[in-house]
Order: sequence, then structure tokens, then C-alpha cells
Amino acid sequence: MEQERITLTDKQKKAQRNRSMALGLALAAFVIIVYVSTWAKLGANLLQRPM
Amino acid sequence: MTLIADKDLSPIRLSEAEAGDFFALLKPRVMSLVVFTALVGMMLAPGHISPVLGFVSILAIAVGAGASGALNQWYDADIDAIMSRTKKRPIPAGIVTGGEALSFGLVLSLLSVMTLSLMANAVAGALLAFTIFFYAVVYTMWLKRSTPQNIVIGGAAGAFPPMIGWAAVTGTVSIESFVLFLIIFLWTPPHFWALALFKSDDYGAAGIPMMPNVAGEGSTKKQILIYSLIVGPVGFLPYVLGTGGTTYAVVSTLLGIGFVYYAYGVYKMPKSDRVMKPAKALFKFSLLYLSGLFATLLIENLVFRAAAM
Repeated sequence: MEQERITLTDKQKKAQRNRSMALGLALAAFVIIVYVSTWAKLGANLLQRPM
Repeated sequence: MTLIADKDLSPIRLSEAEAGDFFALLKPRVMSLVVFTALVGMMLAPGHISPVLGFVSILAIAVGAGASGALNQWYDADIDAIMSRTKKRPIPAGIVTGGEALSFGLVLSLLSVMTLSLMANAVAGALLAFTIFFYAVVYTMWLKRSTPQNIVIGGAAGAFPPMIGWAAVTGTVSIESFVLFLIIFLWTPPHFWALALFKSDDYGAAGIPMMPNVAGEGSTKKQILIYSLIVGPVGFLPYVLGTGGTTYAVVSTLLGIGFVYYAYGVYKMPKSDRVMKPAKALFKFSLLYLSGLFATLLIENLVFRAAAM
């Protein structure tokens, strides 16, 4: 069965790549921010918890 | 089955929006003022916050403010398309869809409030959530299109950031942070009415009830002068409360006199004046006024901290 496929134009491909990059960077930045802030907020207490 | 065939199926829309277009939804210029005033509130607050948590808090406040800007642009896309100042924004320009802007704004609102609540404290987080709600719902959806007092009350949204910055450090709201709020709150009407005077045709075409279109130019000019007479003394209050020093007392006095001077220039502006140089001059000076006051508070605080080390 023949299927219709959507082909992205060069401009759409470029925009999609640009958005993906920005989203990836933003997510990575968020992970780093949460990691660093957790250390800054809890410091050495981070490891002092009931096991 | 004709259920699907009966519907008007629009072709699949493939986005050409880049990251920069989404960034524009955050209103970066407004965000920079928010960052600045929140930073001043944070620096002036008594107490200590680690530089990392301070940075993350400012970032969260900036993203929250940006998110409310995206929600504002989602709701106001129809009137933004009419006004020359706003018609090139991503939604009216057809680059970003309303739905994309709405989800972008909602996700960033949740993330910013959550981050600030966890990394600073619940009071700061709650204030940020209230600010977003106030700007997106109270101002944008309700006041903006219904009353010429829109920016008088809506100005509160722009005035909260120093209070949030202060709360991020102390976990409370105090008279000192309230005065910082009050300065921006009282500064907003004369600032925007000066703009509205020389952009009244734009606002009129979009059907937004700004003061000049509703109460007339004469009444607006009078109210600008009255507000300038109030904001001048209020701008001096941080010195009285001890958040500002002698330099601040001098700068705030001079800037306060300048504000009244420029406002008086607008008041005396003849009705036949269509170029409205005095209104444009007041608009520019009002930006200098606010940034001057907050910059002086910040510099004084940095000098004081450096001397104490």
C-alpha cells in the first residue's frame, strides 16, 4: 500500500535541528542546575540520612 | 463512514520556528529589568544566600517572568497583530502557534515556581506563582481590555520581582521590600501613560482602553504629574528605612526632581503638539529614573560589602 510521506523543506529541517539543539541544551542545563543547587543547599548533609 | 470526510481537515503544519522565536516569547527586555530588580532585592535583603542558590533563584524568577510574557502573548495575539509595536511578535507573525506559546508558557511557569520553591523557599515560590497569575490572568485577561486603570493595577506584576528576590533570602516580606515594590508600582502608570500618549492611535486601533483614549490627553497629563509627585518622595523612602545610604539620598532626590520636571513638561505640552517630544522625553527619563535608583542601591550595597570584608 502506497503511503503518503511528509518531506521537510530545508528551512523546516534547519528549524527542527535548531529547536532540538536548544531543547537538549536547556535540559542538560536544568539537570546541572538541580545537581549543583542540591549540593549547595544540602552540602555535607546530603549523605547524612537514614539508610 | 463520513465522519472524517465531513470535517475540514487542515494540512499538517510543520513549524519553521527556531529557538530564538521561543526566546522572543519570553520578552527578553522585560526579563532583563526583572533580573536587575530581583537581584537588587536579593542583595539588599538581610541574611545570606549561597551564590549558587542566589543565581538559580534569579534564573527561576527570570524564567517565571518570561513564562508570564509567553502567556500574555498567547492571549493577546489578536491585538498584537494590530499594533505596529507588537505585530512582528512570533505569534502574530505566524512563526509560532498560539497552542505552542501556551504550552511553552505553562511548562516554564511550573518549572520556575517549582525550582524557586525548592531551591530558595516556599514564600518566594508562592510570590512568583502569584506574579505569573497576576500578569497572565488579572492583567492580561481581565484588566487590559476592560479598564483604563489596567496598568495602574497590572503594574503590580512588574513590581513584585525585588520583593521575590528579598523573600528568596529572608523567607518573608518586609516593609523594606514593600517599598521597593511600591517604587516600581507607582512608577509604572506615568511611564506607560507617557508611551500611551504618543502611541494612543495604536492602542485605540487595537481597542485597548488606555488612559489617553478614554479619559483624554488633558486628564492623562494631569494624572502623570500627580503620580510623579508621589513617586518622587516614595523613591526617597529606602534612605529613610536604611536600605539606601547618603549617595542614594542624593541620587533619588535629583532623579525625583527630574521626574517631576519632565512630567511637568508633559503637563504643559500643548494639545496641538503631535510630535510629543516632552512625552517621549519623560518615557526615556522614566527608564533612567528606575534603573538609576536600583543601580545606586546595588552599587552602594556592593561598596558596603567590599568595605566590610
